[in-house]
Amino acid sequence: MRRLAVMAALLLAFPLPGAPARAQEEQSTAPYAYRQLDDPAKEASAQDLMETLRCLQCQGQSIADSDAPIAGSMRSLVRERIAAGETPEQIRTWLIERYGDYVSYSPQLTGLTWPLFAVPAILMLIAFLLLRRRFSSRGEVQ
Amino acid sequence: MIAELGLAALWLAAALAGLQLVAGSLGLTARGASLAAAVRPVAVMQGALGLLSFACLVYVFSVTDLSVKLIALNSHSMKPLVFKVAGSWGNHEGSMLLWVTVMGLAGGFMALVEKRLPERTMLATLAGQAFVSLGFYAFLLFASNPFERLSPAPAEGNGLNPLLQDLGLAFHPPTLYLGYVGLSIAFSFAIGAMVTREVGPAFAKAMRPWVLGAWIFLTIGITAGSYWAYYELGWGGWWFWDPVENASLMPWLAATALLHSAGVLAARNALRAWTVMLGVVAFSMSMIGTFLVRSGILTSVHAFAVDPQRGTFILVLLAIYIGGALTLFGLRASTVTEGERFAPISREGALVFNNVMLSAILGIVLFGTLYPLVAEAMGAKVSVGPPYFNPMGALFTVPMLVVLAVGPLLRWRRDSFSRVGRRLVLPGMLVLAGAMALLLMGGIALLPFLGLALSVGLAVATLLPLQNRNLRRTPLAVWGMVIAHFGVAVSLFGMSSESAFSVEKLVAARPGDVTQVGPWAVKLDAVEPVAGPNWTALEARLLVRYGDDGKVMRLQPQSRSFWAPPQQTSESALLTRWNGQLYAVLGGEAPGAKAAGLGRADSRWQLRLWWKPFAPLIWIGGLLIALGGLLALIGRVAADLRRIVAKDKIVYRRERQGR
Repeated sequence: MRRLAVMAALLLAFPLPGAPARAQEEQSTAPYAYRQLDDPAKEASAQDLMETLRCLQCQGQSIADSDAPIAGSMRSLVRERIAAGETPEQIRTWLIERYGDYVSYSPQLTGLTWPLFAVPAILMLIAFLLLRRRFSSRGEVQ
Repeated sequence: MIAELGLAALWLAAALAGLQLVAGSLGLTARGASLAAAVRPVAVMQGALGLLSFACLVYVFSVTDLSVKLIALNSHSMKPLVFKVAGSWGNHEGSMLLWVTVMGLAGGFMALVEKRLPERTMLATLAGQAFVSLGFYAFLLFASNPFERLSPAPAEGNGLNPLLQDLGLAFHPPTLYLGYVGLSIAFSFAIGAMVTREVGPAFAKAMRPWVLGAWIFLTIGITAGSYWAYYELGWGGWWFWDPVENASLMPWLAATALLHSAGVLAARNALRAWTVMLGVVAFSMSMIGTFLVRSGILTSVHAFAVDPQRGTFILVLLAIYIGGALTLFGLRASTVTEGERFAPISREGALVFNNVMLSAILGIVLFGTLYPLVAEAMGAKVSVGPPYFNPMGALFTVPMLVVLAVGPLLRWRRDSFSRVGRRLVLPGMLVLAGAMALLLMGGIALLPFLGLALSVGLAVATLLPLQNRNLRRTPLAVWGMVIAHFGVAVSLFGMSSESAFSVEKLVAARPGDVTQVGPWAVKLDAVEPVAGPNWTALEARLLVRYGDDGKVMRLQPQSRSFWAPPQQTSESALLTRWNGQLYAVLGGEAPGAKAAGLGRADSRWQLRLWWKPFAPLIWIGGLLIALGGLLALIGRVAADLRRIVAKDKIVYRRERQGR
């Protein structure tokens, strides 16, 4: 959490409201927090999933980029479940049920998030119309 | 005393900005014409006073005057001098003071040297600049006074966040600020040109160097910020689509579009209204970024609602400036004609495509950044991150890159593919060959695949404008374009390679253990304590070797503990080869060792190791883009100077001949 808080701070030199004075946090002791799965294919899919899950304690980091204890526990959870044969999407769904949409960096299409998917489509349409208008009727050179 | 001097200078600068606004606006009228002569000197003086004020702040920081509240909160006497100085902009008040200082300096510099435009447009431009400055002066003086005293003074300060105590980072904010605030000049130019209805090639030519300058700083700032995040955060990530990063990316996207459309306006007198609009949008994005970062709204919408003073202040400023400029644009847009026409397949056509795509990417980033805030205000929390931004951005980036390969080869006004088609055969074949090779390799995700396949062909295509040219007589601006576009390809290759081929290894190693990471063998030799000026650290000594018969080299990642404020950071150790970077981080002592009753000598240490093929190209590409901008800037300014000198010579000769 301190990391992105500070990152924020830095990119625009944000005031740190005294927050990062957190002394050494204990690292997560969950078995797979800092240990990879033996099967490279499973580890790769776990890694891909971890990069799209939000560390709930942090200010904008994925659990794959954080030293916060909860991130470690979540990494361990993801690796254990992948090892047990669950698919990444099953794990994501389970986490969303438990922690809400907030935990997933990959927005699911719901009643709340549809504008996120509508906007690119609208932008495509506008871009297409702009370019067509520019180049069809009025665009001819003398 | 010095703090009070700084505050007085700040008030005076604000007063001068007021005078500059009044004199500039009245100077446009017939009755106030006598005031016009005052505007330029006032602008210069305002910049000087802003600089004095900022110098005072740096001074009180460097001597750690703890009776100033800002210093007590953010500094510490036991800190290396360079970080004391850098600390002066590593906080809210100081960075806002830096913002107005840069803005005043930019305005003063413009008043001093910019002589190409009609004086009326310059008056309106400088008045516009003063108008924007005034709002930020008010913000500083009423809502975030950096020189506020504290009584009684505490015995020691709180210290600066250790993550900020890094040289790269210390100078990153000022660079970014030069870019952000430099765009205010484009904004003022756009206002000035709209007020006096002087939108044309002369306006674009005058504005372009300023936009280029700001854009170069933005490019360097973003590149440096990304590299800092990469080595300092200790997890090997270099872009997180974090709102703060997006806040710096959005002005860059707008400025990039502006740069290209200003080029069309300058060369061909087309895209007039669009260019003015982008001038307004670019600086608006800077201000929105400032609002996002400064108001605290990113931490939580609710945190913002609890202490809304600063945020509301910036929000009001945003409404006044962006709303005002857009209104002016709405009123005047009809009088600004679109200008010359052109065919779809032409240099202008490609640049229009580039502009539309950049604007669409800007739209995605803006919407994706703001939407979670909107959702939170409505009572629901969502996260929008890389899985959204990457594909959605690619939707527009990939077509833009394809056009980038073709556009610079096209002629102005009208061209045909049959003319340039043959030159594009080689890049096209490279793309196909690359795609095929990658398919054979297999296991590469779609986006890195597209990036890798495109980048090699793109790199070759961007160099084609130099083909069949006398390289020594090629204008600097063309060199600049080629190098910047080449930088895009280089950076794209680095990004794609990093995401496609990175190898990660997390191990708990005993001293003596050897770990294999990609082509590297990494041996943990020892872990020993070391001490710095305001921290202690554990330092691992790693002996690393590339391949079977490489030279053995040493890497020393540290895990640092600072004591003011108490915090731990990991100092990663990087080893760069031509084909990539080895990245090593020392984590904590592995749990379980003590429980198993093992002694200290037998402790296991967590190591995080990455081999990232061609990763440094990401930032080398970024720097190439900035270098291209710099060359173009030098070329443009030199050409202008030559023209001015030539004009003066003509005048001089005429005078001598008594005409």
